[in-house]
Amino acid sequence: MIQVNNLTKRYNLGTMVLNMPNLEIPKGQSFGLVGNNGAGKTTFFSLLLDLIQPSSGHIINNKVQVDKSEAWKPFTAAFIDESFLIGYLTAEEYFYFIGDLRGQNKADVDDLLKKHEEFFNGEILNSKKYLRDLSKGNMKKVGIIATLIGNPEVVILDEPFANLDPTTVNRLKKIIKELAEDPNVTVLVSSHDLVHTVEVCNRIVALHLGEVVKDIQTSPETLKELEAFFAV
Amino acid sequence: MFKHFISLEWKAFLRSASFGTNVAFKIIMGIFAVIIILEFSLLGFFGYNILQEFHLEPLSTVNKFLIYYLVMDLVIRYFLQKMPVMNIRPFLSLPIKRDTVVHFSLGKTVISFFNIIHAFFFIPFTIALFTHGFGFQAVLWLLGITALIYSNNFINILLNNKNSVFYPMLAIVVSLGLAQYYKIFDVTNYTQPFFQGMYSTYYLFLIPLLLAIVTYYFSFDYFKKNLNLDTGLAKKSDEAKTENLTWLNQFGTLGTFLKNDIKLLKRNKRSRTTVIMSFLFIFYGLLFYTKSIEAYNNPAMQVFAGIFVTGGFLFTFGQFIPSWDSSYYQLMMSQNIQYREYISSKWWLMVIGTAISTIIASFYWVFFGWEIYLLIVVGAIYNIGVNSHLVMLGGAFVKTPIDLTMANKAFGDKQAFNFKTVIMLIPKLLVPMGLYALGYYLFSPNIGYLFVALAGVIGFAFRNMVFTKIEKVYKTEKYETIAAYKQKN
Repeated sequence: MIQVNNLTKRYNLGTMVLNMPNLEIPKGQSFGLVGNNGAGKTTFFSLLLDLIQPSSGHIINNKVQVDKSEAWKPFTAAFIDESFLIGYLTAEEYFYFIGDLRGQNKADVDDLLKKHEEFFNGEILNSKKYLRDLSKGNMKKVGIIATLIGNPEVVILDEPFANLDPTTVNRLKKIIKELAEDPNVTVLVSSHDLVHTVEVCNRIVALHLGEVVKDIQTSPETLKELEAFFAV
Repeated sequence: MFKHFISLEWKAFLRSASFGTNVAFKIIMGIFAVIIILEFSLLGFFGYNILQEFHLEPLSTVNKFLIYYLVMDLVIRYFLQKMPVMNIRPFLSLPIKRDTVVHFSLGKTVISFFNIIHAFFFIPFTIALFTHGFGFQAVLWLLGITALIYSNNFINILLNNKNSVFYPMLAIVVSLGLAQYYKIFDVTNYTQPFFQGMYSTYYLFLIPLLLAIVTYYFSFDYFKKNLNLDTGLAKKSDEAKTENLTWLNQFGTLGTFLKNDIKLLKRNKRSRTTVIMSFLFIFYGLLFYTKSIEAYNNPAMQVFAGIFVTGGFLFTFGQFIPSWDSSYYQLMMSQNIQYREYISSKWWLMVIGTAISTIIASFYWVFFGWEIYLLIVVGAIYNIGVNSHLVMLGGAFVKTPIDLTMANKAFGDKQAFNFKTVIMLIPKLLVPMGLYALGYYLFSPNIGYLFVALAGVIGFAFRNMVFTKIEKVYKTEKYETIAAYKQKN
């Protein structure tokens, strides 16, 4: 589904922030990206979404080279941070807006929201608040659910577990696992949290200073292996 | 401690996104500043002689008009001077006295352009006084004036933040103005002797000094009281209401964007100010068509007004496309959005704005006749056909992120209107003025109208070409734009 070829990103002064000679993520995989701060996780996602320009190489998302064509947009959904939210809209308006862009009518969006009512914990829908006035955690919830609108084939979530309360984390894990079970959906998740990532992903790639240092299929030993790697 | 603050301010200034990208703009601003400074200084140096030539006693004449000068200064400040913005939150938990933080924020305003500029008039004028044999009390007079200017500075801070100061002040100024106009009461009869007294006595200058101290104290007090995360630094949140605007659904994707833009205009402080500003533009024409200002009394200037009357929204809103969407630009860039639809929805919004302005402006027809209104309609055609494209093209290069909310209550900058707005307008106005003048002087006024309208229609015909060009700019500038918008403030 996603193919990375000789991808590098360096900023002026020559600091290499990402160097990924080759990486292939097959369709239907749930792909976890772990690493410390500055490992290049968000950089990789930003490149995947064509928000920054690669210094060399390219990414192909379902046969579309992302920095050349925009044809990857209809089947790709992402939530990186709060700058993906439109602050002056209510949660409902935001969902309908995304729905409109993804060719979903109001009823489709309503169905999806109904399905995830529990996830919102009664604090978001009909809350009489604009998104800019929500807490960080609630913003995140809105952003995550918005990525599910329109049944995208590629779902990208950057640090989805951060800022969420323990109950919501468990609910989110359930949602991601459900996505992962769908053979048509490729999920990409990044996190600092090894436990959560191992639990929801069937493949884990660890980045360190922009390089892939581990690439493992999840097994009962995975967590130990990762913990050993990140141990001080 | 102040040393740290100053170095922080300096860094914030040098490292801001707009500093690097807008060098040309900075230069133009600089030239404007120099011109104004020169004008003020010349007026100061030669003002004395000029007044003498009119057989007026220079000092007392200046004192007579000083009150108007001060009121004008206050009005200008209210609209243009930015409030002391400082990133205060990070300092609250550091071992710095709150007083220090507030003193610095206020102190920052002291060196503002709006204060310094007056020195360029009053200091040369005082020197002129000395050379004409006035005594050393001229220095006391100067001191008094300076204190009054600074009182204005602090009054303005309170005006911007406290409605309880703003409305009484507005009432006083308006009623004094009216009283003067209808010759009921002339305030200068009282202020003139007072200002004169600052020269002729040794003690009256102390009153303005006291006023400056008191106003400083009040603004200090206000800021200090509001230096909490849940008061002055709190985010003010409105109660939200979901609006579906379903009637726009019939326009497809265009409707989706329009829905969003309508909400953008309605729900954000910054954009609301823009709408109000553009409403005021409609009345700008009154200055021209009432023939109250002589310099405006020629055909080219009348077209200028025609463009302005209908183009207020187009200019104030259009120049910041796509910056209005800066806070969520990453979302827009990763969603399934065709640039063409995005651009044309913004264009339609400007067309709608221009159309509404043109309809509101129909009162010009009633008061000044159809010829004036025709001028306005012609201006509207030119705006839609040519200027709408020009502002969007210009906007594509503006990479200043817009903070829609400006929610920081006491310390936020409240005024969305700035000099940039004015400067960027100039080229968009000269062409239609020239066209009209050409037709007017070569043939007849009607041909002049025709020329301008024709330019509008031709511009409209090139719409798709311009959109393609804008689209290209959006694409080539994409990464830079995203990077610039990420930078807050």
